[in-house]
Amino acid sequence: MNTYLAIVLSPLSAAVVAGLFGRQIGRSGVHWLTIIGVTISFVLSVIVLKSQMLDGAAVFNGAVYTWMVTDGVRMEIGFLIDRLSALMMTVVTFVSLMVHIYTVGYMHDDPGYQRFYSYISLFTFAMLMLVMANNFLQLFFGWEAVGVVSYLLIGFWYTRPTAIVANMKAFIVNRVGDFGFLLGIATLLYFTGSLDYADVFGKVETVQSATLEVFSGVQWSALTVACILLFIGAMGKSAQMPLHVWLPDSMEGPTPISALIHAATMVTAGIFMIARMSPLFEYSETALTVVLVIGATTALLTGFLGIVQNDIKRVVAYSTLSQLGYMMVALGASAYGAGIFHLMTHAFFKALLFLAAGSVIIGLHHEQDIRRMGGLKKYMPITYWTSLIGSLALIGFPGFAGFFSKDALIEAVHYADRAGSGYAYYCVLAGVFVTALYSFRMFFLVFHGEERIDEDARGHLHESPWVITLPLVMLAIPSLLIGWFTIGPVLFGDFFDHSIFVLPANDVLAQMGRDFHGPLSFVLHGMASPVIYLALSGVILAWYLYVRQPSHVERIRERLGFVYTLLVNKYYLDQFNEKVLARFSTRLGNSLWQVGDVAVIDGVIVNGSARLIGWVSSVVRQIQTGYLYTYAFVMIIGLSLMIGWMLLQP
Amino acid sequence: MLGLVFFSTFALIVIASALGVILSRNPVYSALFLVLTFVTSAVLWMLLEAEFLAVVLVLVYVGAVMVLFLFVIMMLDINVEKMKEGLTRYAPIGACIALVMAAELATVFWVRNAGLPVLANPPPHPADYSNTKELGAILYTEYVYAFELASFVLLLAIVAAIVLTMRRRPGLKVQNIAAQVKVRREDRVRLVSMDAESD
Amino acid sequence: MVTLTHYLTLSAILFSLSVAGIFLNRKNVIILLMCIELMLLAVNFNFIAFSRYLGDPAGQIFVFFILTVAAAEAAIGLAILVVLFRAKQTIDIQDLDAMKG
Repeated sequence: MNTYLAIVLSPLSAAVVAGLFGRQIGRSGVHWLTIIGVTISFVLSVIVLKSQMLDGAAVFNGAVYTWMVTDGVRMEIGFLIDRLSALMMTVVTFVSLMVHIYTVGYMHDDPGYQRFYSYISLFTFAMLMLVMANNFLQLFFGWEAVGVVSYLLIGFWYTRPTAIVANMKAFIVNRVGDFGFLLGIATLLYFTGSLDYADVFGKVETVQSATLEVFSGVQWSALTVACILLFIGAMGKSAQMPLHVWLPDSMEGPTPISALIHAATMVTAGIFMIARMSPLFEYSETALTVVLVIGATTALLTGFLGIVQNDIKRVVAYSTLSQLGYMMVALGASAYGAGIFHLMTHAFFKALLFLAAGSVIIGLHHEQDIRRMGGLKKYMPITYWTSLIGSLALIGFPGFAGFFSKDALIEAVHYADRAGSGYAYYCVLAGVFVTALYSFRMFFLVFHGEERIDEDARGHLHESPWVITLPLVMLAIPSLLIGWFTIGPVLFGDFFDHSIFVLPANDVLAQMGRDFHGPLSFVLHGMASPVIYLALSGVILAWYLYVRQPSHVERIRERLGFVYTLLVNKYYLDQFNEKVLARFSTRLGNSLWQVGDVAVIDGVIVNGSARLIGWVSSVVRQIQTGYLYTYAFVMIIGLSLMIGWMLLQP
Repeated sequence: MLGLVFFSTFALIVIASALGVILSRNPVYSALFLVLTFVTSAVLWMLLEAEFLAVVLVLVYVGAVMVLFLFVIMMLDINVEKMKEGLTRYAPIGACIALVMAAELATVFWVRNAGLPVLANPPPHPADYSNTKELGAILYTEYVYAFELASFVLLLAIVAAIVLTMRRRPGLKVQNIAAQVKVRREDRVRLVSMDAESD
Repeated sequence: MVTLTHYLTLSAILFSLSVAGIFLNRKNVIILLMCIELMLLAVNFNFIAFSRYLGDPAGQIFVFFILTVAAAEAAIGLAILVVLFRAKQTIDIQDLDAMKG
């Protein structure tokens, strides 16, 4: 218990001290403090993982603090530590530690240094609370907290108007997702009377048999409704279409947070949440189909968008969107283990790619346009080789980590027989080609080909300092190796036995497991499937278009002008949001302000009642003439009337 | 019979002079009419065999209060010209109200009799009847508290009138009696020992 | 034969005259005070008449006290009038409207 508290509280206390006393402690004090805080979390997380994985420790599910009990519902802070959460904790703290070290170099000249460290440690705390939660309330707290810190970090350079627009967009789109999430939690609470995971999972039959009338006359299973609402939350947080619009704009924030939040941890909260809720989702075929279809659509369509981007960070951002779609597809096919496995490997190589992009950016003095790069291989070798490893992992080159997770995922979809799985399979297959195309387009444009670098920048061009390249190397190692060692136990072993629940009829991983004979045979088996060839053809096409014959690119652009415009405008979704939804909301707000507030409340009720009283008193005031004879007159009249009335009594 | 004649005469005089009070243009005339009213009422009270009060009315009211009124009227420099306006505009209403008042009062005793044991014609008092003695007998026994309180009210009136109207002239030297009384010998006299001077 | 009713009638007429006087008079505060004295006189008439015809001297005692209080009230009223005149230089009732709402 104390270990878990230490894991959560050490980044929190580092964040608080760095935030409040940053100026007094000074820059190096702050970075040492927070790095030590996260290191403690990381070391303890590894110990926990080891005890769960190798020592066979029991699952820990206990409450730490009961906040309140109302109407029989317990609201408490508690931890559920099993292999799934131990794995997530390790991944989160490792990537966070890498980013903390990286920031020493990247944000070296920034005036907001201490604030940045405070925020990223705070983020680590929030994410850990999310993954270690044992009840929906704490999950929601972590969910919202990571959203808030993401907002703070995207708008870190708050004097830039684009940053402010981006962080508002991120928060508002997330809010739309959170609305669904909250409704989902409420539905589950309503039907089971508890917020605790164990209670809810135990009562899943009751929820499944209950029905809700969502649209008039149509009865839906309450479980399906709840799962779809929870998925809407995941759509917001994990940026599935159409709530994906915030992620590319979140690149306004500094690169370390793009790596930490928008690649490895926060966006994976949705994936984690659905895997955690597998006992619920398994019983609702409809919800799983929805997850599958939306995930597949996201995977393919955002991949297309990645091909036309010219900002180095945006390419990686769309790549993240696409890979998140892949993870959702795995979850939708009931291959939760594969989804989490891909989450883990993706965390490593995507963080690596972001940090490498950051290295390139500061090497070129904050140049982010890939059309003004090229031939950086000889100037920044470490960055070059680590980027290559990351890119190869991303496209699923055999042997690299990404290969194992992607291939397992695609095969799982192939085996699945759920509605929509055929569509999903073709989407993810096409996505492999697209992924290879855009990632190597970026790679070749940045590191190979003719140099299009700005003259002054070229003079300063050199490899980044060790605080930047060390994390790159440390992330490249798992990107290379982790697949070999973990695929067996994680996917086809009993790693997730107590954390993830799969109905035997849906268990595609078990089916695949029958044919699994170790990582090497998996690689060979992979040679027989179309995946590798699609990836290779993508790489070759990228090489041809961007290294060999760049002139072809212009001609293709002219030919496919319409498609190109569509992609550059991101399917016009942003314009739709702005022109339709945002305008509607501002109009509504305006009318509520001018009619509701100013006219009705201020004018009629508040001022109106004051004016009414004023009018009444101006009438009544005339009795007070100030003249003695009027008062005497009134007195006498009153007296006469009274006497007259008394006299008229019988 | 004679009583009725006397009563009617004096009653008419009272009413006429009351009208004179309210309808006069000059406030001095009003005051004088009021004096006449009071004196005639005193006579009427004598008819009612309340001699003491009749005399007191003349002494106190006419002698003191009306004189006071005349003092004030004379002292204030009133613009008599302005006083002459505005009487006729409100005359109808005033008459109306007066009539209503009178009618109500009349209703009380003409129409409804409260059933008091009223002597239609009370016997006159014997020759050695002293109204004063009779009043004194009950005033100092039964109503002595009220008597003392009445004296208090008069004291109050004196103090109030002085406080309201007294002005101090600035720059006037006044004796401060309290300070004079508080003086000590040491503040005024000092004994000094000196050698005798010759020549 | 003079009965109680005669005296009461006289008193009623005097009273109503004084009431008329109070608000017919718009010019002079002193006339107002005089009308109040008239009112008190009318009431005194009432008391003495009843005292005589009921044979109870208590009425005359009451008149005694009314006279006392009326004198005191007249004195204070005139004092207030004097102060008012010093402040406003007028005793016209129509100019005294400082308490107008």
